[in-house]
Amino acid sequence: MIVNGKQKIWSEYQKEIPDDHYFYVRSCIRQNFFPASEKTFLDIVRNKLNLDFFETEHHTTCGGIAYHSDTIPQETLMTIVARQFALMTESGYKNYVASCITSFGIYTETLETWQHFPEFEEKIRENLWKATKREFNKPEYLAHASDVIYKLRDKIAARAKHRLINKFTGEPLRVVEHIGCHYSKMFPSKGVGGAEYPYVLTGMIEAWGGEIIDYPERRHCCGFGFRQYLVQANRGYSLSNTHKKFESMQPFKPDMIITNCPGCPYFLDRWQYVIAEMEGKTYGENSQGIPVFTYEEVAGLVLGYDPWDLGLQVHQTDVEPLLDKMGIEYNKADKYKI
Amino acid sequence: MSKDVLVIGGGPAGLEAANQLKILGYKAYIVEKSEKLGGHLAKWDRLFPESISASETLDKLLKPINDISVFLNSEIVSVNGTDGSFSVLLSNNITLSVSSIIVATGFSLFHAEKKEEYGYGIYDRVITSVDLENYFKKHSDNRIINPKKIGFVHCVGSRDEKVCNRQCSKVCCVTAIKQACEVKEIFPQSEVYCFYMDLRMYGRYYEDLYLEAQSKYGIRFIRGRVSEVSEDENGKLVVKAEDTLSSKPLKVTLDLLVLMVGMVKNDDNESISNLLNIRVGEDGFFKTANPILRSTEGDSQGIFFAGASTGPKTLPETINEAKATVLSMHNYLSKQV
Amino acid sequence: MVDFGYSLSPSSRINLDNFDQGRLTILSKIEPDLIKCIACGSCAASCSAANFTKINLRKVILLLHRGLDNEAVSLIEGCMLCGKCTLVCPRGINTRNLIRSILKTYKEV
Repeated sequence: MIVNGKQKIWSEYQKEIPDDHYFYVRSCIRQNFFPASEKTFLDIVRNKLNLDFFETEHHTTCGGIAYHSDTIPQETLMTIVARQFALMTESGYKNYVASCITSFGIYTETLETWQHFPEFEEKIRENLWKATKREFNKPEYLAHASDVIYKLRDKIAARAKHRLINKFTGEPLRVVEHIGCHYSKMFPSKGVGGAEYPYVLTGMIEAWGGEIIDYPERRHCCGFGFRQYLVQANRGYSLSNTHKKFESMQPFKPDMIITNCPGCPYFLDRWQYVIAEMEGKTYGENSQGIPVFTYEEVAGLVLGYDPWDLGLQVHQTDVEPLLDKMGIEYNKADKYKI
Repeated sequence: MSKDVLVIGGGPAGLEAANQLKILGYKAYIVEKSEKLGGHLAKWDRLFPESISASETLDKLLKPINDISVFLNSEIVSVNGTDGSFSVLLSNNITLSVSSIIVATGFSLFHAEKKEEYGYGIYDRVITSVDLENYFKKHSDNRIINPKKIGFVHCVGSRDEKVCNRQCSKVCCVTAIKQACEVKEIFPQSEVYCFYMDLRMYGRYYEDLYLEAQSKYGIRFIRGRVSEVSEDENGKLVVKAEDTLSSKPLKVTLDLLVLMVGMVKNDDNESISNLLNIRVGEDGFFKTANPILRSTEGDSQGIFFAGASTGPKTLPETINEAKATVLSMHNYLSKQV
Repeated sequence: MVDFGYSLSPSSRINLDNFDQGRLTILSKIEPDLIKCIACGSCAASCSAANFTKINLRKVILLLHRGLDNEAVSLIEGCMLCGKCTLVCPRGINTRNLIRSILKTYKEV
């Protein structure tokens, strides 16, 4: 592999990401799947790096799940998005950061639609006024939380207590990076690194000492979707996509997986159990499974947070083997204590 | 009327035009922006469909013109046209006064890196048809190490809205089959696949080449586009394509993938069109006075075209056009007197 | 085993890396013209049985080259050997003989 080739492509898809003063919106489901991820993100940016990230209790879902499951039409979705923007304007912010990747996709899609069809934007402004008497300005910059961590990766590396190095062999950890589909597949220019070789997670891993693995199904969807997953009988389709990814990454012997979407790590983590039950096969070293992390959890581990404060105990695939490899100290007895 | 004629471009079109000009008694000046004559022909090994040597062909084109003025590493800076003659300033500060100009600027090859999903410049074993042709000439390329399975991807950069090139580049299908046969001669135990959308075998003996490729060399043809290329743990290429004839996705592991890069417009076509007061078409190649009856003439007085500057062409078409262009120019100048 | 209510979907992807080319090689030896097929479909278009059955020689040749042998045989079994396909093949393949060779090579199972 010729790395300069990838770097040339990365340099063509650069995205402007502001350093500070963001309006933060949370995800509907992330706090259930990965309880401490958002809390860790805010802790890192507010307390460790002293930046201004504001959130309000009045914000709602972006409507993405409903929209992608065909339960609400696009107009309703855009009105919900408009209300979120109105809250941002009322709080005096211009930079918008979303925690969930589907949200990021929804906001990007909305802003692009309004750019190409200004009459739509007018209609939505009218809708919002009629429904809530609010007005909004469009955000100047839209980022995803992983973009922000990507921007701050060197600052995090400077404060790192642990690096992504396997302490038993001295080699960098072999990391599989999985980007959520809504990040750059829809609008490649809105993602760092474009659609084919996204750089947002690669940049983080490289800054923190790990080694990224390129495998044939790197860009394959994990199968989450929404429509097919919500109906139980269809879940086999979602499962097969994840199965395909695991079969492809296994020969490369990855130590861990990092993702930047709420649904993807959920699937990659939980489906390993289902595949083990159905096929009798487990992946990873010593068939212990490949632990899956969100980027906030990895940032937290690198900065030295206690693993149980990061919510790692709710992962289905055990993370202890990786913690041992990284040389992170943890108390087994405290794992499930509140 | 001055007998001086400027030929812009020192490729096969320019060389043949200069030769014809000499035969008819004109004084030709060739201006070439690169450091040597021959254009893209200097890169090829053998020409389709009868495997004629490219270097011998180029030598035959170069031989008659060795007493013609050639300016290498030079470009046009400005052109002043008045009353049937042009005063041309070159980048080497020489000014020429000519009665007509033949634009033989040719084409550029598509930059295969732009098709990111094919991984040219990222994966070691992905090469272009130009790289392969160079391998045939020089017999060494550290990316080609005893390949057992080889693939050819047609239409890279051609017929593709995503890279803003709608045109078909005409020569790539027959080149792919030619190269597939040649590579099978060098590696007879290999399996060779061609991934095509259509097979454009329009010329004389092209269909025979296709039949030979199938029956003599056992080349496999798969109709369908390649969607992406990646590397497996051994460094081999995992190629995914659509097999349209069976309506199923297809996967194959290859040791070498050759991208058939197309002909695209030169980047400086726009600036040349401004200098010479001619127009470019929607595809970026130059517009002619009439695509049927006057396809070697520009829509400005005294400007003529030869070769791929007006669109993708095969080599024999280019040579013939250069001859026709000089005749058109000669007829035009004879009327001017 | 736990009953999840769903199961892994089988992949319909053709994997050219691993299919047993043994019988295809035998067929190619007794029918050297097989490789000349350009999948134009003239044979399928002129087939007498095409209106009423799934017989399709073009598909059969394609499936054999993709390692889907059983499906291929099922698509050619009912052929009545009328010979209309041989009349129209632009590559000059003796398709009638090809059909008999396919059945001989692949229907041993």
